[in-house]
Amino acid sequence: MKKLATLVVAGAMAATPALADLVIPDLSYRTGPFAAGGIPFSDGYQDYFTLLNERDGGIGGVPVRVIECETAYNTERGVECYESTKGEGALVYQPLSTGITYQLIPRATADGIPLHTMGYGRTSAANGDVFSHVFNYPANYWDAASVIVNQLLEENDGDMSGQTIALLYHNSAYGREPIRTLETLSEMHGFNLSLIAVDSPGQEQGNQWLQIRRERPDYVVMWGWGVMNQVAIQEAINIRFPMENFIGNWWAGADHDVAQAGADAAGYRALNMNRLGDMPVFAEIQQHVIDAGLAAGDGTNLGAVLYTRGMYAAMLAAEAIRVAQEIHGVADITPAMMRDGMEALEMTNARMEELGMPGIGPEFAVSCEDHGGTGMAIMTQWNGSEWVTLTDFVAPDDSVTQPLVLEDSAQFAAENNITPQCTSS
Amino acid sequence: MPDQLLWAMEVTANGLLNGVMYALVALGFVLIFKASGIFNYAQGVMALFAAMTLVGIQDGRVPFAHLINAIFGTDIHYFGWEVPALAAILLTVGVMVVFAWAVQRFIFKHLVGQEPIILFMATIGLAYFLEGTSDLMWGSEIRNLDVGLPQGINPVIDEATFNLFGYGFFIDNLDISAAIVATLLVAGLVAYTQYTKQGRAMRAVADDHQAALSVGIKLNYVWVLVWSLAGLAALVAGIMWGSKSGVQFSLSLIALKALPVLMLGGFTSIPGAIVGGLIIGVGEALFEFSIGPLIGGATENWFAYVLALVFLIFRPQGLFGEKIIERV
Repeated sequence: MKKLATLVVAGAMAATPALADLVIPDLSYRTGPFAAGGIPFSDGYQDYFTLLNERDGGIGGVPVRVIECETAYNTERGVECYESTKGEGALVYQPLSTGITYQLIPRATADGIPLHTMGYGRTSAANGDVFSHVFNYPANYWDAASVIVNQLLEENDGDMSGQTIALLYHNSAYGREPIRTLETLSEMHGFNLSLIAVDSPGQEQGNQWLQIRRERPDYVVMWGWGVMNQVAIQEAINIRFPMENFIGNWWAGADHDVAQAGADAAGYRALNMNRLGDMPVFAEIQQHVIDAGLAAGDGTNLGAVLYTRGMYAAMLAAEAIRVAQEIHGVADITPAMMRDGMEALEMTNARMEELGMPGIGPEFAVSCEDHGGTGMAIMTQWNGSEWVTLTDFVAPDDSVTQPLVLEDSAQFAAENNITPQCTSS
Repeated sequence: MPDQLLWAMEVTANGLLNGVMYALVALGFVLIFKASGIFNYAQGVMALFAAMTLVGIQDGRVPFAHLINAIFGTDIHYFGWEVPALAAILLTVGVMVVFAWAVQRFIFKHLVGQEPIILFMATIGLAYFLEGTSDLMWGSEIRNLDVGLPQGINPVIDEATFNLFGYGFFIDNLDISAAIVATLLVAGLVAYTQYTKQGRAMRAVADDHQAALSVGIKLNYVWVLVWSLAGLAALVAGIMWGSKSGVQFSLSLIALKALPVLMLGGFTSIPGAIVGGLIIGVGEALFEFSIGPLIGGATENWFAYVLALVFLIFRPQGLFGEKIIERV
């Protein structure tokens, strides 16, 4: 009996969360149909925090404890992960799925834990006045649609009238996100918009590409994810569509998307919310994390497109922690303080350079009203063997996206009885 | 000829070839159901596992490398050799035969005489087990598959149709390859079941288990044989589908395309799987072409099921299925 009591006490002590930890859950997906995208992102996300722990002793002297929870990109499992980890003192969640994000917005807001939905999730969450605990900086889907059109306008001397853009989209809430923005832009700039849906998961697209072959649009813009991307790229090659006129969004421009097609996919372009290429921070990760045997994966993803994005997301979270520590004068911050840090975050070129990631993202400042950043993105291109950066950060047309954000968030506020947090105070 | 008609002809031709791809998946289901009455939920995952194994062998990957490295602190991923495509295919067939034996030895041998729903549930468990094993063995990243199959527009058909109609039809070389392979596979299966001793034993078991047992046919042996053939069909389907998208988890979902084909063609008929596949392929392609644009597109998945359900109303056993006769 005494032994049993000792075991129970020891077990309870072991289960108690360690004090003075900065807890960051990682809702990853290393299994399931979208694992190829989830693995490098999670590797980058975790490795950056490990770097901070190993090299700097954490953030502000407090170590970061990453809790990985496998969602398999499944919304129910994502919510289970949230519920099972929030009690650990989670500071911020990166749900890495639009479906999970939609489920977590009311829960996290009620629990006072911020969400960072970087380039996915509910686009109108950029309006911090309504979405007090959701942040989607540095860019959102509507920004992406606008940036692509702005880039095409630039290439067509500002005139796209009479041209046709076909939007090939995943037939889901995610895939339909850019439609309204593109419809508004098509009216504004006089181009025709053809909408072509692909059923999930996107393994079969023969009919859609026959339609593209018949209609011969000037450009195909793709809102895809998972297997849809690889199949679409192969089908485009099959029908001999000019690859430089085929443009994916930032979830359709990773290394694995073009790996099967290889050199045949040369010319295919994709948007990215962060810069690619070698950065000093990679050498640091190699030395302190991978060579030390502490990497989240096998280390082979270092520098890959989605690894870099995961690392960028981790860096933004770490910087918000620093800001929160400065604002509140404590190192071991709470989720409420983390929210304050995210809302006061300012990313400058000088700071990014200092962190070993020069120019990885655009400069931006978050505020109470603006949780969305500048919305700028770069255009990248697959040259047959690697992704190369084609442009500097291109700005979206805020005059188009901002009214849509305000309208959608106002509707959400009315439906959910939300009092604006900034304009009412 | 009007453009609409030409396009409809092109869509029909592509639909027929898509149907062959569906039939390839359905074949594996039919083989097992016909011989053992088991609806094998794991058939799609078998396609994924077979294709992953093929690529793993081709690339000289060490199976279970992550597990080995995690346990022993090693850092091995490759053997350092590459295996030619044909040899890798043969080795993969060997792996699928071992898999068939294991399934029979460790699962279905213990479930003889159980209700069909129990057997079905066992295959659901098998699907999840195999999915996890595949991940552990080869990882869950996308693997490039190249067994030398040609892809892209067929220039001969393009030119011939252009000369005939003034519009060149798009037909994918990969789909033509799939049609040839499917024809060879079906011809081989038919010849095997009609003209070999093992094939006749399979047919005997399919007709009546008890009677087959009474004349000395070993049920276990026949079922291992059938699961091996289903493994071969899964490998072929995995190669054809994986050549386009790379080998990845979503290959396991292609089984969903086989269900309407089976409902339509019948669960017990190899020709039914082929004809069912062709009808579904053409039906969904023409529907997407003609009605799809009016209702937002992406109709292929649900329309295949609607088409199968309509057939079910008139022929519950499917086009070629055995008629259900219940004596009172």
